[in-house]
Amino acid sequence: MTSAVFVLVAAAIFGLGVHGLLVSAHIMRKLLALNLMLSALFLLLIVVPATIDGRPDPVPQALVLTGIVIAVSTTAFALALMVRLFRKQGHASIHPDIDPRLLGRKAPSKANKTAQGDDR
Amino acid sequence: MTPAAQLLIGLVFVPLSTALVAVLLPPRRRRWAVVLGGLAWPCLLVPLSMAVAREQSVVMVFGGWAPPLGIGWRLDALGLVVLWVHALAGIAALPSAWRRFDPDLPESGPFWSLWMILATGVNLALLAADLFNLYVALELTTLAAVALIATDDGIAALAAAMRYLLLAVLGSLMYVLGVGLVYAQTGSLAMHQPGIEALNNVALVLMLTGLMVKAAIFPLHVWLPHAYSNAPGPVAAIMAAVVGKAALVAFWRIWFETAEAPPAQLADFLGLIGAAALVYGAIAAYLQPRLKMVIAYSSISHFGFLLLLLPLASQQAFQGAGFHLLAHGLAKAAMFLAAANIVVVLGSDSIRHLPGLDKRMPLEAFTLALAGVTLIGLPPSGGFTGKWMLLSAAWETGGWFWLVLIVLSGLMSAAYVFRILALTCFHPARRAVHHLHPRPPKITSLAALTLALLAVVIGLYPHPVLDLLGAGMPGMVR
Repeated sequence: MTSAVFVLVAAAIFGLGVHGLLVSAHIMRKLLALNLMLSALFLLLIVVPATIDGRPDPVPQALVLTGIVIAVSTTAFALALMVRLFRKQGHASIHPDIDPRLLGRKAPSKANKTAQGDDR
Repeated sequence: MTPAAQLLIGLVFVPLSTALVAVLLPPRRRRWAVVLGGLAWPCLLVPLSMAVAREQSVVMVFGGWAPPLGIGWRLDALGLVVLWVHALAGIAALPSAWRRFDPDLPESGPFWSLWMILATGVNLALLAADLFNLYVALELTTLAAVALIATDDGIAALAAAMRYLLLAVLGSLMYVLGVGLVYAQTGSLAMHQPGIEALNNVALVLMLTGLMVKAAIFPLHVWLPHAYSNAPGPVAAIMAAVVGKAALVAFWRIWFETAEAPPAQLADFLGLIGAAALVYGAIAAYLQPRLKMVIAYSSISHFGFLLLLLPLASQQAFQGAGFHLLAHGLAKAAMFLAAANIVVVLGSDSIRHLPGLDKRMPLEAFTLALAGVTLIGLPPSGGFTGKWMLLSAAWETGGWFWLVLIVLSGLMSAAYVFRILALTCFHPARRAVHHLHPRPPKITSLAALTLALLAVVIGLYPHPVLDLLGAGMPGMVR
């Protein structure tokens, strides 16, 4: 019974994450959404095998621990990449010509935008 | 543990320790360390090839803990073929990388270590006999690949790297979800679990979808064209040769080894996805305005082609697909290395600048033509052998639809290859004046040409590779 609740919660969090990942334009929000999905995934990994076996199974917990380490380092790396992209192009989106209002800005600012030279 | 199994450790340990040593060295010494490491681990492939030819596969179990609890490594013929592509493409990319990532340039710093981390990840992914170990390896590969693309430091490359990272994390998330469900069902993480009657379909589809993102299979390919075409030349060559292929090999392994008897409808469906990828990639390649974009979309088309193995699923088709993997990897790396030189000299890879290139850069034009021959699959190239074996497999099983598609793939590849060659050699506006930058050293051109030649030569002597691949995979019709 309790595990069913956990599975439903994991599904709901996962759905929230999918929505955030698809809808938001800002990379920061996309990363937050991905992290939400990862949390839901870890919750599911812990809960589902336990319902099969009846007693706690150490293997999924070890997997989740590894997964958390990977998720943290990936997020840190993605944030560093985002900062670099922001410094170069003046906004944090993977679409170079995005409408700044979609990123939560009030007025378009092109002060930081450098000329996008095609150097290759 | 057999002596050959000990060598498996070297495949992962040599590049990893090279990466760590390179970080500690001063910038001017780094590339020397990487040259040593990058040449050292391919030497291990010679005894390993003999061992695989003798005993079909080399298995290593860590610390005596047997699966399901322990972690195992296994090198089979398919992994060996991709390891050879990896080694040859890496060695051929060395001169180009040496020039591009000179220690006097600011972005050179991280490149050399990142390259070796990428090599570690790819080798580990090819050795992994454990679903979770595979996840860790693919994640390592992705992070290193994203960082390598970002060494270019232009807006386009950074945005492409970010897009790749977001999609790849999403893909690995789906993959791990599938792995979790497999563990819940079977209580084991081993990739090959004999005795399971049917794998949970949800888990199977989740794992395959995640790997499809990583292997850039249409319609989940959106990261690939921008990532490959905006990455620095040598990076694009290495990535095109192995990064997608490591994920594709994992895809095949999960299909044939983990899910021993997958549903036939799913095989046909994935075959149709492959067909769509094949057609879409070829048409998109034909329409691209930049040379590196053409080569990148060609990869999408060929990955779709390789997916046709699933509905055919015979031992002969497996030999053909494995051989095509080898030929395509070599040819693609050669094309990206040639394109890298073209970018250096012309300052751009826009195909408007190609006319007349055959006079100024004959080696590069010849490399593109020769690699193109393999992509089209003209005899006697390696691409022909692979396609021919898939064709005869389709003929024998009566898969007429797949047979037409395989022929179509050759024709459509010919369209985009000849478009490039015709523009280069026969365009009426062969411009007399190019704005030329100094030529890169000749060895970079020769390295690319050697790879393209190798892709053709393996077509003349296919038997050692075909014999290696002859064992097939579980779940295949003999």
